[in-house]
Amino acid sequence: MTATRLAKGGYIDRDQLLNFTWDGRTLHGHAGDSLASALLASNQQVLGRSFKYHRPRGLMSAGVEESGALVTIGRGDHRDANVRATTQELYAGLVAQGQNAWPSVRFDAGSISNLFGRFLAAGFYYKTFMGLPPFEWGSGTGMWMRYEKIIRKAAGMGEASRSPDPDHYEHAHGYCDVLVVGSGPAGRGAALTAAKAGVDVILVEQEAILGGDTLAQPQAADNLADQIKALKGAGVRIMARTTAFGLYDGGVAGLLERVTDHLAEPPMWMPRQRCWTLRARYTVLATGALERHVAFGNNDRPGIMTANAARVYLNRFAVRAGENIVIATNNDSAYAGAAELAQAGASIQILDARKSIPDAIRAQAADAHAALRTGAAPLMAHGAKGITALDIAGQHAANWREAGKTDCDLLLVSGGWSPVVNLLSHRGVKPVWDADLACFVPGQTNEPLSMAGSAAGIWNDNACLLSGQAAAERAVAHLGGAQGSSAAPAPGGWQGAITPLYEVKVPGRQLKSFVDPQHDVTTEDIRLAHREGYVSVEHLKRYTTLGMATDQGKMGNIIGLALMAEALGKEIPQVGTTTFRPPYTPVSLGALKGRNVGNHFRALRRTPLHEWNLEHGGTMTMAGLWHRPWYFARSGETIGDAYVREAQTVRRTVGLCDVTSLGKIAIQGPDSTELLNRIYSNPFAKLPIGKARYGIMLRDDGFVMDDGTTWHLRESEYFMTTTTAHAGKVMAFLEELLQTRWTDLRVHVTSVSEQWAGVAVAGPKSRQVLESCVENPAAVSDANLPFMGVLETTLKGKVPCRIARISFSGERAFEVYLPSDFCPDIMDALWESARSMNGCLYGLEALGALRIEKGHVTGAELDGRVTIEDAGLGRMASDKKPYIGSALRKRPDMARDNRPRLVGIFPRDRREIFNAGSLLCAPDHIEGYGEGWITAVTHSPALGHWIGLGFISGGHSQWHDKTVVCADPIRKGNTAVEIVSPHMFDPDGERMYG
Amino acid sequence: MLRIPCPFCGTRDHSEFSYGGDASVEYPALEAPAEAWLEAVFQRDNIDGVQLETWQHLHGCRMWIVVERDTRSHEIHSVRPAHEGLASALAQSADPVNES
Ligand SMILES: [Zn+2]
Repeated sequence: MTATRLAKGGYIDRDQLLNFTWDGRTLHGHAGDSLASALLASNQQVLGRSFKYHRPRGLMSAGVEESGALVTIGRGDHRDANVRATTQELYAGLVAQGQNAWPSVRFDAGSISNLFGRFLAAGFYYKTFMGLPPFEWGSGTGMWMRYEKIIRKAAGMGEASRSPDPDHYEHAHGYCDVLVVGSGPAGRGAALTAAKAGVDVILVEQEAILGGDTLAQPQAADNLADQIKALKGAGVRIMARTTAFGLYDGGVAGLLERVTDHLAEPPMWMPRQRCWTLRARYTVLATGALERHVAFGNNDRPGIMTANAARVYLNRFAVRAGENIVIATNNDSAYAGAAELAQAGASIQILDARKSIPDAIRAQAADAHAALRTGAAPLMAHGAKGITALDIAGQHAANWREAGKTDCDLLLVSGGWSPVVNLLSHRGVKPVWDADLACFVPGQTNEPLSMAGSAAGIWNDNACLLSGQAAAERAVAHLGGAQGSSAAPAPGGWQGAITPLYEVKVPGRQLKSFVDPQHDVTTEDIRLAHREGYVSVEHLKRYTTLGMATDQGKMGNIIGLALMAEALGKEIPQVGTTTFRPPYTPVSLGALKGRNVGNHFRALRRTPLHEWNLEHGGTMTMAGLWHRPWYFARSGETIGDAYVREAQTVRRTVGLCDVTSLGKIAIQGPDSTELLNRIYSNPFAKLPIGKARYGIMLRDDGFVMDDGTTWHLRESEYFMTTTTAHAGKVMAFLEELLQTRWTDLRVHVTSVSEQWAGVAVAGPKSRQVLESCVENPAAVSDANLPFMGVLETTLKGKVPCRIARISFSGERAFEVYLPSDFCPDIMDALWESARSMNGCLYGLEALGALRIEKGHVTGAELDGRVTIEDAGLGRMASDKKPYIGSALRKRPDMARDNRPRLVGIFPRDRREIFNAGSLLCAPDHIEGYGEGWITAVTHSPALGHWIGLGFISGGHSQWHDKTVVCADPIRKGNTAVEIVSPHMFDPDGERMYG
Repeated sequence: MLRIPCPFCGTRDHSEFSYGGDASVEYPALEAPAEAWLEAVFQRDNIDGVQLETWQHLHGCRMWIVVERDTRSHEIHSVRPAHEGLASALAQSADPVNES
């Protein structure tokens, strides 16, 4: 193949010379080139090596369907594998590398596997490497284990970088009235018509420049620049370098905008790609059609491409792809290019599989001075790294026979056209086989969506324009505008009918004919699959891997279907079609994740004391989305030292802890008491004003949902606290009840979690700390604020606050809530006072130690599978009133004696340690799920050894005098433990009430 | 992605909403027997067609709404506030936000 850059024409800028590197060698192209056109103009023929057989591959197309020229772009961390050279814009300094070859695609040591091709036929991996466990475990599967590394090295595509992606990406959102996909004649017609009717239009084009198929035609034929100017003038929003990769419910399209992939030095502030969620009220798909190949011997050789590809290279990129050209076709479409290539200096032979062709088409062949053979087709290509000659087949009755040989350096194939129905298929609309046009055309849909142009099987440019205009009129009418009058043109439009041609073969000749070149699936693979009993297309695809490569069957699916139909003795529509799924072309994972990476992966919630906690030596940890203080280590302390000291200090003097992350809900209105009495399992009807109560909520199904304290502030106002983990869930549930079930209750619920900051003041000296910080110390006296008392008062500096004497630690303790903005200042005052009493700041770890000692439950225990009895709180539940969950908590299984119940756990040898997450087992039966599990452990400063909380079947009474094994097989091993009451410290609560 | 026309806010992406459940369920009185609650909490039809479901506009107005959705096509036929008082108030209002 001798390609030549023409002196004029094309959409390239000859004044801008761009150097780039291909497999280590410096080549050059021009601005406006694709990597493919620049490589072609530089006469680079072998651009890739095939997946299984390492066969040399060159350009097969000029677009997104490319299956030969898959290359790796970029260096180091920026390396991007399996890029189609046909869709990569050239820029100065671009570095491209061949892949799946060593040392290079031109000389590939791995190509020897071509000789063992018969070992790699359809199902090779399944047959050779799959054992059926347990019977064949070690035979097939074992072989796979042994050979996997070698095979993975030999069979494959480009290699991804193993470092984090250094580029950044964005998500964007958009809206429009009409989305037009594709900027060929139909898309431009649709966009202009709709915009002129006054609706908001977005036109997306996957290429860098607008034009679609018009770019494949000689420039004089169409005044493209004026048309684009008219589109902009009419207000069409144009998005080039943007692929509509998926269509979803509600008129939503996924768009991938390639922002900097064409830039030599992308500015840091620009994302590499942008993933758009676009909501359109109407969608026009003018996505075009893709030209098909034909299966014949060595049809994958470099120098064999689609007829239209050569036309694109000629007219768009000013590269004549060969000198001595054979065009093999079965339809009219290849003839226009023949004359253009001849005019550019090539000699042309045409093989037309059809017996008879129209006179006007014959005249086009004559214009090209082409030798025309009808009833002829390509049989087998010669030449190792590029086509040098072609064996020709001639039609004889219904069969092909060998009919001579001709030299050539370029073979152009047109096996017909397949409308790009992919996006419509994403909407669940099956395409319909049109036997006259030998292609699938779009099926009917009720959605606000139209197909236009060659995507609807319309082959003639002018008819494409009309169909685009008609689609736009339908869109405008749907949006409430004027009714249009244009009728969409019928599919078709060639002068002579197409003669379906999928494979050329002659009896007695072994040919290597590729159906899906990207996965090296041959015609023989398909027939082998049929002989082995495969009749369903979906099974065939998976067995042979046909259509499962990065092009998702754009090249080979129809040929595969046709061969399967032939083998089954059926017609193509009876065999079926395949369902296309998003994305239409590959989308990088980076674009899908956008900026949601690293610390931005999920929202971060900070309390108003965040900076204060950090300044005072806090180490933070995640609690859901919240950052909470974990422990406050003093110099030289480990986390273990710190939390033990903190917990001890709370029990000896006093400690302060940021508890802002607890959920807080204002419950207001005359029926507030009634609401609380219905949602809590324990009584709330008679809670006096100025008192708080611990409450447990169940779900409808009777399991525990959440717990917390609710404070009665005024006649019709309560302040509810929830756990940190379930704050959102409880709020949504209250809203559901009030809006859907109990719509007669006059209650407002408002989340005030952000508005009120919270500090726990816990320990024997907690009252003294509070006294020093409130304006009226008498207000917090034992008489005025007894256990479970609630007070609204002011802190020094006239800061309003709410205080309740409640305890999670088991000590005399208070929870103080105040407006968030005042919290750091008040914390300074509390801390100054606490420090003077040898108090401490404590974090989640000490909080955990204190509550485990007391057997208080948290989210670790209330995991959604626990009944109120399981949690040891059954006596709290009321028998005198109905409440949410009261009916279903009495189900027989939930009353079973041997349900797992909350227990405390001590190591038998008090010096031992054990882990949360371990299973609790009977000593003679350490297997399966065991008898229970451990939810939390801590070193107990009060008891002087490790303790835990957990659940075990039957609870404390069943196991208190028996040895239990704490099984932790992959961490610590087995530990003998004792089951004790969960109330491991101060069971009577003397410290708390006193 | 579904696009749900919130009666209060207009059409929004379904990612702003959270799914509730079967809106045709009539929850029994709290004192009703366990059988009635079993029916309401666990028994669900698996509808091939149009069904009523509750959604909450969680990241919007936080209102609970009843959506009439076709499970085959995801087409949404109607949307109304779950609270019947609000629904009738909205129906009487001259200028509902509901988009076509
Ligand atoms: Zn809303």
